[in-house]
Amino acid sequence: MEKVKEILNRYGNSKDNLIQVMLELQNMSGTNSLPHEWVVFVAEALDMPVSRVYSVITFYSMFGTEPRGRYLVEVCKSGPCHVSGAKNVLQLLEEKLGLKPGETTEDEVFTLIQSSCFGACDIAPAIKIGEKVYGNLTSEKLSEIVDSYREGQHNG
Amino acid sequence: MDKVLSARFGKIKPDSIEEYIQAGGYEGLKKTMSMEHLDAIEEIKKANLFGRGGAAYPTGIKWEQAYAIQRGPKYMVCNADEGEPGTFKDKHILSEDPFELIEGMTIGAYIMGAKEGYIYIRGEYAAIQKIVKSAIENAKKAGYLGKNILGREGFDFELKVVSGAGAYVCGENTALVESIEGKTGRPRQKPPYIKNCGLYQMPTILNNVETYSCIPWIIKDGGEKFSSMGTEFSGGTKLMCLSGNVNNRGVYEIPFGTTLRELIFNLGGGMKDGRKLKFVHLGGSSGSCFPESMIDTKICYYDLKKAGFSLGSGAVLVVDDTHCAVDYLKTVMEFFEEESCGKCTPCREGNHRLVEILDKMTEGTATMADFNKMKSLAQTMKTTSFCGLGQSAPMPLITLVKYFEEEFLEHINGKCRAGVCSMSGKAGK
Amino acid sequence: MDMINLKIDGFDVSVPKNTTILEAAKQLNIDIPTLCFMKGVNEPGSCRVCVVEVAGWRGLHPACVTKVSEGIVVKTATSTVREARKNILELIMANHNRECLSCPRNLKCELQTLCNDNGIDAIPYEGKVDKGCLDTSGPIVRDPNKCVLCGRCVSVCSKIQDVSAIDFAFRGAHMTVTTAYEEGLANQECINCGQCIKICPVGALQERDDTEKVWKALENPELHVVVQTAPAVRVALGEEFGFAPGTNVEGEMVTALRRLGFNKVFDTNFSADLTIIEEGNELIDRIKNGGKLPLITSCSPGWIKYCEHNYHDFIENLSSCKSPQQMFGAIAKSYYPIKTDVDPKSVFVVSVMPCTAKKYEADREEMNVDGLKDIDAVITTRELAKMIRQAGIKFAELENSKQDSILGTYSGAGTIFGNTGGVMEAALRTVADKLTGKSLDCIEYTAVRGLDGIKEATVNIADMEIKVAVANGTGNASKLLDKIRAGEANYHFIEVMGCEGGCINGGGQPIIKDKSTTDAVKTARIKGLYDIDVSCEKRKSHENPEIQKLYSEYLGEAGGHKAHKLLHTHYTAR
Repeated sequence: MEKVKEILNRYGNSKDNLIQVMLELQNMSGTNSLPHEWVVFVAEALDMPVSRVYSVITFYSMFGTEPRGRYLVEVCKSGPCHVSGAKNVLQLLEEKLGLKPGETTEDEVFTLIQSSCFGACDIAPAIKIGEKVYGNLTSEKLSEIVDSYREGQHNG
Repeated sequence: MDKVLSARFGKIKPDSIEEYIQAGGYEGLKKTMSMEHLDAIEEIKKANLFGRGGAAYPTGIKWEQAYAIQRGPKYMVCNADEGEPGTFKDKHILSEDPFELIEGMTIGAYIMGAKEGYIYIRGEYAAIQKIVKSAIENAKKAGYLGKNILGREGFDFELKVVSGAGAYVCGENTALVESIEGKTGRPRQKPPYIKNCGLYQMPTILNNVETYSCIPWIIKDGGEKFSSMGTEFSGGTKLMCLSGNVNNRGVYEIPFGTTLRELIFNLGGGMKDGRKLKFVHLGGSSGSCFPESMIDTKICYYDLKKAGFSLGSGAVLVVDDTHCAVDYLKTVMEFFEEESCGKCTPCREGNHRLVEILDKMTEGTATMADFNKMKSLAQTMKTTSFCGLGQSAPMPLITLVKYFEEEFLEHINGKCRAGVCSMSGKAGK
Repeated sequence: MDMINLKIDGFDVSVPKNTTILEAAKQLNIDIPTLCFMKGVNEPGSCRVCVVEVAGWRGLHPACVTKVSEGIVVKTATSTVREARKNILELIMANHNRECLSCPRNLKCELQTLCNDNGIDAIPYEGKVDKGCLDTSGPIVRDPNKCVLCGRCVSVCSKIQDVSAIDFAFRGAHMTVTTAYEEGLANQECINCGQCIKICPVGALQERDDTEKVWKALENPELHVVVQTAPAVRVALGEEFGFAPGTNVEGEMVTALRRLGFNKVFDTNFSADLTIIEEGNELIDRIKNGGKLPLITSCSPGWIKYCEHNYHDFIENLSSCKSPQQMFGAIAKSYYPIKTDVDPKSVFVVSVMPCTAKKYEADREEMNVDGLKDIDAVITTRELAKMIRQAGIKFAELENSKQDSILGTYSGAGTIFGNTGGVMEAALRTVADKLTGKSLDCIEYTAVRGLDGIKEATVNIADMEIKVAVANGTGNASKLLDKIRAGEANYHFIEVMGCEGGCINGGGQPIIKDKSTTDAVKTARIKGLYDIDVSCEKRKSHENPEIQKLYSEYLGEAGGHKAHKLLHTHYTAR
């Protein structure tokens, strides 16, 4: 909780910064999610009803309330990627990771999710892993990317 | 052609204020500081600049109205929540020349007397947020932000980056303001409007990234020059985002008046694999879809409006004939179903039910009654939804039905001409 | 006043500036249908049922939040409007659990009426989005699959009651009203006030049905089943049987309870008098002996739980007196059995309450004496009406009858416990007599009456300035306590009622179908209680002969050892 407090302090213990605080907490969690007890702690610290904080974190798609993999593998499903073969990309990833959208690998490394457009339409079909975007994907390229994460070539 | 926005793209280190200044940056701000406030606004009015976020409200008039409001403090807010599918122009500004945005906002702050500004950048652009934050830091160090900017006593402006957290609806102005305040991004009832009662219930000047980024050039080189680059009805240039089944996808800065055909076939290098163009989806997911016969329309707010379309964010998604109109529409409506904030009935439930009906269409189990209900529901959503999201969500449906009705009817009869839809329920029909 | 002229459905109307189209239409006797709208409480303009056409304006506009402007021409029922309204109602119905016949809100459901009035004959959609499980964790039962997401409950819970146990969660078609982490309400800061039930347009919120428990007890020959009815029940129960709000149906109610088979029909008004004796004594003691002040009333269990969650620093200020409901139970299982030679263990005490929090209060661990639970079952006014209907009793035709002795006599003071300011007034009547040692004639303390959220008065008794305040609704209580915390106000004695208006507007009272009449109904019910007060032979609690007998024959001193064991309790910071 010390770390949570530190982040809250950095944001001036202000309700206005709830979303910013939660984003940092999620980044720090290691589980790509917001642990229940942190959420309750933040609510109390900011003098907010837990129900309201819960309302905020369930509204925004980036927040997780259940633990997820270290890497979120996001497959864009919006129009531009759709017409550029996003379905194939999803299928390949499902096979490669052995996951359906929403699921996490047993080693807790990857969670596969389908996402709305993240602005990589010029290189569609695209995926996003953490903050990194990969486009113009082919089967080989996808395999290489996934493997590079498995082998721990990326931090965070 | 003179480039207004993309001249420095790829040529300078994005967060280096020295390189920005060397490339002509901050001339606009300096000039503004030697002008009367109203003269600067007049320059923007002359520029014939319309809001680039999608609503196309004349920026000069917006600023004039905001300037006239006596109450304060006033806030400068930038909408960098670029979430409209097929749109990635702001991303380029933010990541390749963030100072033109920062300078634009600083000019606004000078005119309006605003002391604080916020750039609300979507959470998906986390990597880009870092570039913008670094640029802000560097501007501060060099005296272009912070206290007594450029030595002018009392000209203080603090600029902050606020991150979104994954919600398309936050691109709606009032939802965006709610989100900056740390709340769920559900739109507010209008009136009161943002300009009177925005962030923290205070007068707020809110513009899109591209709009702000035009300002330094306009002040520096003059509104008339800017205006003359475009058409009579739309001044300046526009960043267009070309995506889909074309050879050269990307962002293109074009002068208003260029036709869609020129964009797609000249700049974009034409259709990929020599396929036939089936339709263009203009302005993002909430825009209109229309066939090749209409792509000689000029990119100009007036011409497009006359044709019944809206330029929206400037996204041009080109779809070839291997795709099915119904299947494509289903994908688009799934996006709105997911992104509806849930506040009002027509958008929350309507998008969900449109997807349900489209699901039936792709499975070959939809009936004429479903089709008619879909059309009626689309109209109701357009006329009764709380905010622009719900009002414009049925646009692709309405236009696809208008231009490709036959294809919908075929689906009711169990046929998908593109062979894309499963028609898996057909046997049981 | 600035007047705005407009035309609605072809007729001219002139209304003050800032009037909404909805209100303007009412002036022409046009009722534009609404669903989410609840004036002053919930005005999100989100359901879109009330959309209308305004000539020259793009799209349709919600009448509830759209202000009139000069010269506009409004049409409220064109084919475009009717089609839109129908589409919207179909959308709401499509994801609504449509088991209307088995719904407790059947025939009192606003959505049902809307669908009826707007020609909804079939639902053209198939699937349903599951919005979560039925929450039966506590006295308030929530069915998210009946919820229409109007947000009224969220608003009343946060804005009026300052509780915020529930809020919207998720978005789009998955949006729902829920607690944090979808946990049961019982595990939340919910105070069980039931205001959410009363404001819900449909049957998504209701109280736990305890009628079966009561039926079983009545059928059990081993049990001696006695019933108490709270003051506010008698001026509202009639609404369930066609009487006007505020009508006193005490006589019919007592008869009906006997018909249902209760062995004895008693009255919470009696134990309200008892509460005054104990609480009055506590106040005098705290004032004279430097005890913790202000003393704050403890008869509203919603308020108590609110205080336990949010105002730990005021827990010591709470009166240690049990509420009238609990005092009744303790006496009914001690004094009453001795006097009537009944086995205390066979006594089964049923409460009929205007309140849903009373169900929670009865189940609090500390609410027992030597392991014998004070109260065995609590039903609301609505549940009693249901039992009466189930038994086929023609309520309106019943003759009047009187409560049984020895726990059935009451004073006017005990009666007005059911409305805001009533406990204060009742207490002052007794405290004034005690402090002056006289029987004073001046007994009406009108400054503490009425529907204002916070009422203050200074009363001069025996050369003492006693400063009092009354807060009704926990939201108002919060404002008052914050002022005290900040040192901006101070009092000797404070009355807090969990619900606005007091028990007459409790979460267990009959549903007011036309919510726009809520304030009128509250006022009528309050008037009903004051009318009884005036008609009572005794209007001061300490003059109630059965109370006098209870002390002389059993309890001894007010605040004495026996009284403490039976009639007092303690609280827990939560």
